[in-house]
Amino acid sequence: MAEIILDTKAFHVAVDKISKDIFDENQNIQNIAIVGIEKKGVFLAKSILSEIAKLAVVDAPQIPFGTLDITLYRDDLDDFGLRMPIIKDTVIPFDMNCKNIILVDDVLYTGRTVRAALDFLMGFGRPKSIQLAVLVDRGFRELPIEAKYVGIKHKSKEFIKVDCKETDGVDKVTVVPTKDGITGG
Amino acid sequence: MHLQIKNIRIVDPSQKKDSVGNVFIENGKIVSKLSGNVDKEIDGRGKIAVPGLIDVHSHLREPGQEDKETIYTGTRSAAKGGITTVFCMPNTKPVIDNAPAAEFILLKAQKEGLVNVFPIGCATKGSEGMELSEIGVLKKAGVVAISDDGLPISNSQIMRRALEYTKMFKLPVISHSEDKELSKNGVMNEGKNSTILGLRGIPRQAEEVMVSRDIMLAELTGGYLHIAHVSTAGSVGLVRQAKEKGIKVTAETCPHYFTLTDDIVKVYDANTKMNPPLREQKDVDAIKQGLADGTIDCIATDHAPHIQEEKNREFDLAPFGIIGFETALSLILNELVDKGVLSLSDAIAKMTLNPAKIFNLTARGSLEEGSIADITIIDQKYSYKFEEESIVSKSKNSPFVGRKFNGGAVMTIVAGNVVWQA
Amino acid sequence: MSLNCKDLLGLEHLDKKDLQTVLDSVKPFKSLFTMSVKKAPTLIGKTVANLFYEPSTRTRTSFEIAAKRLSADVVNMSIDTSSVAKGESLIDTGKTLEAMKVDYIIIRHSLSGAPDILARNLNASIINAGDGFHEHPTQGLLDLYTIYEKKKKIEGLKVLLVGDILHSRVAKSNIWALTKMGAEVTVAGPPTLIPTNIEDLGVKVYYNLDEAVKKVDVINILRIQLERQKENLFPSVHEYIEFYQLTKERLAIAKPDVLIMHPGPMNRGVEISSYVADSSNSVINEQVTNGVAVRMAVLYLLSPKRKKNASSD
Repeated sequence: MAEIILDTKAFHVAVDKISKDIFDENQNIQNIAIVGIEKKGVFLAKSILSEIAKLAVVDAPQIPFGTLDITLYRDDLDDFGLRMPIIKDTVIPFDMNCKNIILVDDVLYTGRTVRAALDFLMGFGRPKSIQLAVLVDRGFRELPIEAKYVGIKHKSKEFIKVDCKETDGVDKVTVVPTKDGITGG
Repeated sequence: MHLQIKNIRIVDPSQKKDSVGNVFIENGKIVSKLSGNVDKEIDGRGKIAVPGLIDVHSHLREPGQEDKETIYTGTRSAAKGGITTVFCMPNTKPVIDNAPAAEFILLKAQKEGLVNVFPIGCATKGSEGMELSEIGVLKKAGVVAISDDGLPISNSQIMRRALEYTKMFKLPVISHSEDKELSKNGVMNEGKNSTILGLRGIPRQAEEVMVSRDIMLAELTGGYLHIAHVSTAGSVGLVRQAKEKGIKVTAETCPHYFTLTDDIVKVYDANTKMNPPLREQKDVDAIKQGLADGTIDCIATDHAPHIQEEKNREFDLAPFGIIGFETALSLILNELVDKGVLSLSDAIAKMTLNPAKIFNLTARGSLEEGSIADITIIDQKYSYKFEEESIVSKSKNSPFVGRKFNGGAVMTIVAGNVVWQA
Repeated sequence: MSLNCKDLLGLEHLDKKDLQTVLDSVKPFKSLFTMSVKKAPTLIGKTVANLFYEPSTRTRTSFEIAAKRLSADVVNMSIDTSSVAKGESLIDTGKTLEAMKVDYIIIRHSLSGAPDILARNLNASIINAGDGFHEHPTQGLLDLYTIYEKKKKIEGLKVLLVGDILHSRVAKSNIWALTKMGAEVTVAGPPTLIPTNIEDLGVKVYYNLDEAVKKVDVINILRIQLERQKENLFPSVHEYIEFYQLTKERLAIAKPDVLIMHPGPMNRGVEISSYVADSSNSVINEQVTNGVAVRMAVLYLLSPKRKKNASSD
């Protein structure tokens, strides 16, 4: 049985809150760039970007935007057997140097994805800062990584599934018991 | 020693016989009835007695390459395959181009061999294709044919002389028909598969050019030409034509040429590499046709042992040849008899009556009274899987490893002695 | 997504889906080239051995860069072909590398099937970097990707391969990849350099290059080995140039947007004129760049000795 922890309305409230916090924190909005982690993080990042654009009264395309697929940086590639994960293209179409990077993912859990993303980002240059924004903090960290902007904290050993309008038709977050067969985070 | 095989189906092409009866053996010979008490009785019910099989083409590797095979191991391998007589090719180290060398083979075979061994002598000194060897002396020493086998005589004049000179001894000249320039560096049949695999091809014409030449020289000289291991549809046609014209030519093929195509070369397994190479389905079909209509007289194994280290390597670098003693009879039964290409009697004739006639073997290849008691006992219900561990030959280079067979030799009798039993 | 196999021996063994998998996988690797640090830790701790029995600076360098950009450790072994027959056997050399815990063996060999023989005897992933006249699968894949990148599709394209088809492993891999993806492949060359039964692989044969270049979307020109002349496969280089060099004049009768490819190294002035090699139609340099990305994708997709029972957590 899937338990809903963010319905559509609460989902949007959470995204708005994250966007507002980012806007408040970064006075110089020209210096920020938003990077979403494939694949749900990308949709969230896009929502956050358009929210911030509204707050800053700028056109969304003026804010640099990138996407990151961290597969090549995973520390568990040996566990995939012969079925290697699909890699999406990573697109960083701006100069990373001196930018404040807002790194966006859907769920923060062990911290390993973020670790991979940080290593990957560093390969593109030397950003001024990297700030992490997540919709759900699931707890149970395995690495010393924390998010600066969090939509909701929901400590859970069970899989947390983030649905996005773009891929699932609706924005919502549910807890899916592991025995339902889906793992991941 | 008085031996009696009771209630057995006797298939003897030499007498056109196929009926259930008894076989009596006394002092190593077939007799019509025993003169005294039976020493040993064999129940032949459900089995078939045929004249001991004669393999006119093999390589026993001794002397010189005893790591691959010896007369001791080779004759045991033959016995297991129901073969009672083997001819061995002279491409040993040194080659058998002189009487003492031929006598060595015969002596060694007498001492250690389990089945009869008849040497084939070199046609030319050192198999170099330049000067005729002492063919008459070789004949006196006991060779049953002459051949330079894998080093075919490229000089037509010398081939002419060999065919001409041997006439007085009625000694067949065995031709490994290959134009070495045309087959140069080739390692498999030239065709779609060689193109896909990127291996240099040996065109069928490399064989057929020489089959044609040798047939023409046989016509010119009236010599006794025997074409070894026919592998192509074209060669079958050439031999058929020659026979129609009355030219003295006989021919053999090998079980792999009526069973396999070059499709099995696919994974670069050198156990599928032999010379001539495996061809295509249309050749397999033509060879079966040639066997059925009598164009091809004999089935020989071309048993060519090579050790694993030589075969498990780059295809180009591996030597040509596969072993064949232990699978020949089962392949004949399954691929020719069971599939209706030949009757059992006609199939057996290709390894008994016909080779005995062509190579002038007296009192062999027949179960007639007075013949030497070389007998192969076949069980058509004997099912087995050909496993590497079961191979008696010193070498294991067979593309048939893992194949299941229905029917084979269950007992081999040489001169009245049971030398092998399943 | 994967090639579902330990080894890459030839494109004959891949199906359309596998080829599409490779095409879809290349871009993320190519994107790495634009980073200031052109490197990912994907194969960290893995060892790649370049086992080259034939001199090949280009392919070996390409594989070496590909492996290093994925953080693998790379060792190069060059073995003189002339010592193949008498030296240590191929399998023993392979087993020695395996005993040193090498994960990938990239093999170039002058004899067809050498990679198959290694693959049969070893657990390491074997990647064929060109064997005899058989296949050169990564070249086939990089040619396929370069066409795909430029033309956005493969299906329905007309591709012409020119030159020594008989001795060309590149031609073979191209023919498999392109025909499986639905391209129409023609080959052009003197009859002595066109292999037996090549039509059985689904290609058309032309002897006249002027006829062949018309209406094709891609012309892939193969290197002509000058030594072939000694085998009487063509009478002279002079005559070969006359009939089979891709010249400015022949380019002029081809489609204006035709892609000109060459697997390298080029014999400028023999099979290809400098004008054509340097023309705007030429994607020869892109082939080299894509070669590295494609080889990275292959290394990623093959994944030797990875544990079974995948969990994607």
